[in-house]
Amino acid sequence: MEPFQNFTGIVAPLDRSNVDTDAIIPKQFLKSIARTGFGPYLFDELRYLDRGEPGMDCTHRPLNPTFVLNDPRYAGAQILLARENFGCGSSREHAPWAIADFGLRVIIAPSFADIFHNNCFKNGLLPIVLAPTIVDDLFARANGAQALRISVDLPEQVLVLDDGTRIAFEVEAGNKERLLKGLDDIGLTLEQADAIRAYEERRRREAPWLFAIAG
Amino acid sequence: MGAKTLYAKLWDEHVVHLDENGTALLYIDRQLVHEVTSPQAFEGLRLAGRRPWRVAANLAVPDHNVPTRDLAAGITDPVSKIQVETLDSNCAEFGITEFRMSDPRQGVVHVIGPEQGFTLPGTTVVCGDSHTSTHGAFGALAFGIGTSEVEHVLATQCLIQRKSKTLLISIDGQVGPGVTAKDIVLAIIGEIGTAGGTGSVIEFAGDAIRALSMEGRMTVCNMAIEAGARAGLIGVDEKTIEYLRGRPYAPTGELFEQGAAHWRTLVSDPGAHFDRVVRMDAAAIQPQVTWGTSPEMVVPIDGAVPDPQDEQDPVRAEGIRRALDYMGLEPGTAIRDIRPDKIFIGSCTNSRIEDLRAAAEVVKGRKVADSIQLALVVPGSGLVKAQAEAEGLDRIFTEAGFEWREPGCSMCLAMNADRLEPGERCASTSNRNFEGRQGQGGRTHLVSPAMAAAAAVTGHFVDVREL
Repeated sequence: MEPFQNFTGIVAPLDRSNVDTDAIIPKQFLKSIARTGFGPYLFDELRYLDRGEPGMDCTHRPLNPTFVLNDPRYAGAQILLARENFGCGSSREHAPWAIADFGLRVIIAPSFADIFHNNCFKNGLLPIVLAPTIVDDLFARANGAQALRISVDLPEQVLVLDDGTRIAFEVEAGNKERLLKGLDDIGLTLEQADAIRAYEERRRREAPWLFAIAG
Repeated sequence: MGAKTLYAKLWDEHVVHLDENGTALLYIDRQLVHEVTSPQAFEGLRLAGRRPWRVAANLAVPDHNVPTRDLAAGITDPVSKIQVETLDSNCAEFGITEFRMSDPRQGVVHVIGPEQGFTLPGTTVVCGDSHTSTHGAFGALAFGIGTSEVEHVLATQCLIQRKSKTLLISIDGQVGPGVTAKDIVLAIIGEIGTAGGTGSVIEFAGDAIRALSMEGRMTVCNMAIEAGARAGLIGVDEKTIEYLRGRPYAPTGELFEQGAAHWRTLVSDPGAHFDRVVRMDAAAIQPQVTWGTSPEMVVPIDGAVPDPQDEQDPVRAEGIRRALDYMGLEPGTAIRDIRPDKIFIGSCTNSRIEDLRAAAEVVKGRKVADSIQLALVVPGSGLVKAQAEAEGLDRIFTEAGFEWREPGCSMCLAMNADRLEPGERCASTSNRNFEGRQGQGGRTHLVSPAMAAAAAVTGHFVDVREL
């Protein structure tokens, strides 16, 4: 995973609560056995007027003009702004894959669903939880004639708006380090291999029924 | 040591290592694998030259893409076919037990885990599928994970986790006749909302939960994720233990009794502290029907579709307006006046033998209404199907005009050929009524199996207790 770099980007305001992972990437695209190539199908049912199918060339598909990511103001957006409980529903990691593949790097919302939130950090995406009143203010700014630009500083845990307003945000220390260093979780866990083996040995004695998988 | 919650007991038993940043390396006893969320995980293993840490801790089955009829013809969708074949080849390469499409034990992953006794009390169970919460019905800590974590578990048998908050939901007293586990859990989600459980593990308790069969408890825990919870849990009792006795993957003989002795301790201690407690009166719960595009958009059968003008919060009002527009419903419409086009009885929520019996009891001696274009019954597994056929349930359904299909996820998420067309309305025993979930433009109303059956034979939603 590439380390997370600070950046300044345009904010696309998706004014919906409970955005579910079925909406982020519909089920027909889950048939892919690859990890990449989901960006063109991000929010497929909201973004296009026709029915999307895997493998489709999206460059000539009819766009839904009312969908935020089709608004020229937000072209090249790297930050998505949404309402509460973003990413609810299915555990599909295809959702953060599609978001990252599209070019988004930060999602701001008042709350996230747990599995989605967790999946983001495995894929270089930074989900930021801000108070509902701050999110309201960001929506008002982002909906203006001029797109809102925000500078994201992960080491300092601060967002800087284009008028200089600074908004601090929280991020769990382990997740922050994972993003900043682009760490491989599995490699880190395997450094604990002895502890895992010792645990298994103890459990085989204490709870042998757990290891008696016949089948 | 003070009084502990069931969650704290399960957590403490599985901590391999505590990190100074507050996260824990948690040992995973069981992983269920299906074709949709595993190919990239196996590919990751291969690219890194890694092997599964403990092969026997994994059990795989294709379910999301499998067709529910003409199995002999195989999968006609070439993309689906590749995905299922990829699972077959990955399991063969890494030595993982798989129930292939042709195996009589094949079925929906969350049906077969418990059915095979692969799910045990006191285990940690994961799967690349949010409805893994189902297995919490056995006093197991079970939760859905993403594909990166599927790979992590394959490679290390562990996950990096942070301890969740605890939410106790107690359903006090008993539900009335005709009110099922599905109605209980829909009423809970209506009460606490789809984000009500976020960051928490929910323990379901109270007399009404204790009175449920294991199938009913699985239905309740299955939908804990629809309340946003990390996992759902129900304490172990004799029903749990008797359900597992003799199952193929469960321990046998003395080992089973040793396990059972421990399993009986897997309940929250009296006086254990929960971060939040919600109590609901079971007797007040009526058969439920969702009207919108989120499981929290639910009302009792006597209710009506809400009016966004009655909602004070502008974001919520807009949510209601958008849902009504998508669902093609007017504010104030009585739920009884809503007429489905299709009926789907199945999914990891409601496709077990008890669900099929409940639906068959309503259907028996009746006919599917002429206005219903398609009524499907999709058993949860090959073994459920065989059991239902041995009881003659298949004939009850087919004589009434239902189609009796092969097991799989089917129209719950429409990855196979079973789907809604734009604008079609479905009474569904599945778990999600999101926009497009059952097919682009499809309109889903979540109900219990008995309520779906009642809608099938009358052509509109109706209180099953009045039939």
